[in-house]
Amino acid sequence: MLRNLLHSFKSGIMQESMFTNPLQPLKVRMNQGKQYIPDIKAAVIKPRFRGFPQPDEKAGTSFCAECRQCIDICPAKAIEMNPFSIDMGKCVFCGDCARECPQNLISFSNFHKTAATFREDLKVGKSMTAEAYQARAITVRKDIRKLFGRSLKLRQVSAAGCNGCEMELNACSNVNFDMGRFGIDFVASPRHADGIVITGPISQNMAPALEDAYQCTPDPKIVILVGACAISGGIFQDSPALNREFLQKYPIDLYIPGCPTHPLTFISGVCAFLGI
Amino acid sequence: MNWAKTKNGKTLAIKDIPELSMTELVAEIAEECEKGSRMVLFFGTDQGKVYAVLAQDVNSRLLVASAGFPKDRTYPSLTRDFPALHVFERELHEEYGLVPDGHPWLKGIRYPFYRHHPEKTMETCPFFRMEGDEIHEVAVGPIHAGVIEPGHFRFMCHGEKVYHLEIQLGYQHRGVERLFCGKRFQETLAESIAGDSVIAHTSAYAMTMESLGGIQITRRAQAIRAIALEMERAGIHIGDLGALANDVAYLLGSAVYGATRTLVINSLLLICGSRFGRGLIRTGGVVFDIEEDKVREIRATLEKVKHDVILMSETMFSTPSVLSRFEQTGVVEKDKAAQIGLVGPAGRASGVPVDVRSDHAYGMYRYSPIHKMTMSSGDVFARAYIRYMEIRQSLNYVMEQISHLPADGTERSPVSDIRLAPDSFAVSMTEGWRGETVHAAITDSQGKPVRYKIKDPSFHNWFGLAQAVRGNGISDFPLCNKSFNLSYCGNDL
Repeated sequence: MLRNLLHSFKSGIMQESMFTNPLQPLKVRMNQGKQYIPDIKAAVIKPRFRGFPQPDEKAGTSFCAECRQCIDICPAKAIEMNPFSIDMGKCVFCGDCARECPQNLISFSNFHKTAATFREDLKVGKSMTAEAYQARAITVRKDIRKLFGRSLKLRQVSAAGCNGCEMELNACSNVNFDMGRFGIDFVASPRHADGIVITGPISQNMAPALEDAYQCTPDPKIVILVGACAISGGIFQDSPALNREFLQKYPIDLYIPGCPTHPLTFISGVCAFLGI
Repeated sequence: MNWAKTKNGKTLAIKDIPELSMTELVAEIAEECEKGSRMVLFFGTDQGKVYAVLAQDVNSRLLVASAGFPKDRTYPSLTRDFPALHVFERELHEEYGLVPDGHPWLKGIRYPFYRHHPEKTMETCPFFRMEGDEIHEVAVGPIHAGVIEPGHFRFMCHGEKVYHLEIQLGYQHRGVERLFCGKRFQETLAESIAGDSVIAHTSAYAMTMESLGGIQITRRAQAIRAIALEMERAGIHIGDLGALANDVAYLLGSAVYGATRTLVINSLLLICGSRFGRGLIRTGGVVFDIEEDKVREIRATLEKVKHDVILMSETMFSTPSVLSRFEQTGVVEKDKAAQIGLVGPAGRASGVPVDVRSDHAYGMYRYSPIHKMTMSSGDVFARAYIRYMEIRQSLNYVMEQISHLPADGTERSPVSDIRLAPDSFAVSMTEGWRGETVHAAITDSQGKPVRYKIKDPSFHNWFGLAQAVRGNGISDFPLCNKSFNLSYCGNDL
């Protein structure tokens, strides 16, 4: 310790005395104040955040059929033309399509509650408003609500996730988002878990471990896919290094889009699914 | 001198790169490494060539040479003399079957989809073994207890004491390098190489494409890229300090750093709509400008962040219960760090002065240089404290740059009609928060990238973690691991 102290003094980086002041931690605590978001369900993300996509009414008409710039630039092949739709299960929310469109027919709102219980619902067409989407996207199941409504313990498996979704899932439990207030937590073992949260496109090398984790989780259990990679392979969908058989084999209960998924999207999605 | 000389972010014509025999190339590498050059890249191509890139940090120069695959697919290994090369030789063996004669441990690195020996799988490759009556092994992973990426750790222990740790990765392999081939302007893919180093990788990618396409970007765009990179560094470093605090059960630190990090990454969201800087950097510049009102808002937030970080850190680094866990834990001495080629803050904490921002200055760092900082003790304390120093440096840098943004706008030059230079070799390096991030591209006669090579700093540093835990109690492993905080997918690609 002395050597380090000496080093710190020599390099002139010390500001105050390094010796402990017993009141110092209290000072830090006072400065910290209250950090949690009081009403997390009412929280909104600042503009420029790219959430729920909103194609214009004119999208997909005759002009678009010839232009197709948005389809060409989309790295995740999320856009379909007839009828025009953006698939949030593939979309990485990069915003390139909105920028490239010569007619400005695509925009992304900052609405973040994009989770859905059925894969097809993630496809957003022209006439879909955020409110209409929210109203139908999540189907609450009575059995799930009864079992997990007051306590849901999840085992997270990163199957070739890039650490973006993983960091955001960690952030769900920090002092700001404090997901634990709803009784939702990540646990260390699948044996303690009520469900599995998968991130990443599921690499071949990770597929057996994912299967093991699933088998080790006691029934009844749920499976949640988080992020474009897990839901559709995202920008890695064409890679031969993936093995996504798991998703055909087992039922998926909840899809939460994003790249990465924002903590508010995850928390609001799971809460809505639990009916709380 | 059988080397082509180049600089960070420049393109060479393939015909200007000397093509030697593999034996000659190996001898040249040995000679240069003897003189103090660092190995930056050493990789093969499907066209049957090996490329080597060495860095001369003292004069900001990069040396490039190539060789054809030897007929017998064997060459003399350099690992015994220069341990930093061990991963490169293993990678070359795994991908193209070139055998480095005399390599002590020729195990696979990532068991990629395209590998030369498909029969070699994770299950069939043996682990390093230690013999002895009371020796026991501890196997951890691939799935870890926390919400983190997968990897397998195998400890060889006697009682609580770790004698060796073998780190087996590859679980995260997504075939990223192959996905870059044949296509241009894949920034979204670059953003997903390592989701915690979005700016570092994407700016390296954009620099490579810009150098191949001869595209100049505006000063303002360069400034915004530097601002984003420093915000990424500050944000992740603050999060890391929180995680380190959490690992020694210092929950005040965990809570405060966690909340402070949120402020930094939310400021990044304010600029580009993503907390990790996704969608900001595209070839030809940046997509979002930082307007006057945003400058004010970000400045005010970062002032608060700086205040909070200093208050918290001065408290944490003077708390005896924290220091007793940090100090003399997971030591990597300077000699060893230099030998195994540690880069980034992990290297600087051991006293190895490597920092691409000053050694091979690029973009904004050429106009506003950054001061290199090192520590000497090489323990968890040093790796934590250097993060604290870098957070302050980065916040100051952002504050300075954001207040004096160049006025030449962020207009991107159109890239769709650009032709990439044919038959060329481009290499770019950036200093991400983990260290030296390198991208290299080789184009064919049509200007299409036929080989894309990525090197995340983790590629060097994982072996540093294995060295750090030697002689430590196994219960200190999580702390050592977090003090490096390396990327799994950056290694596995």
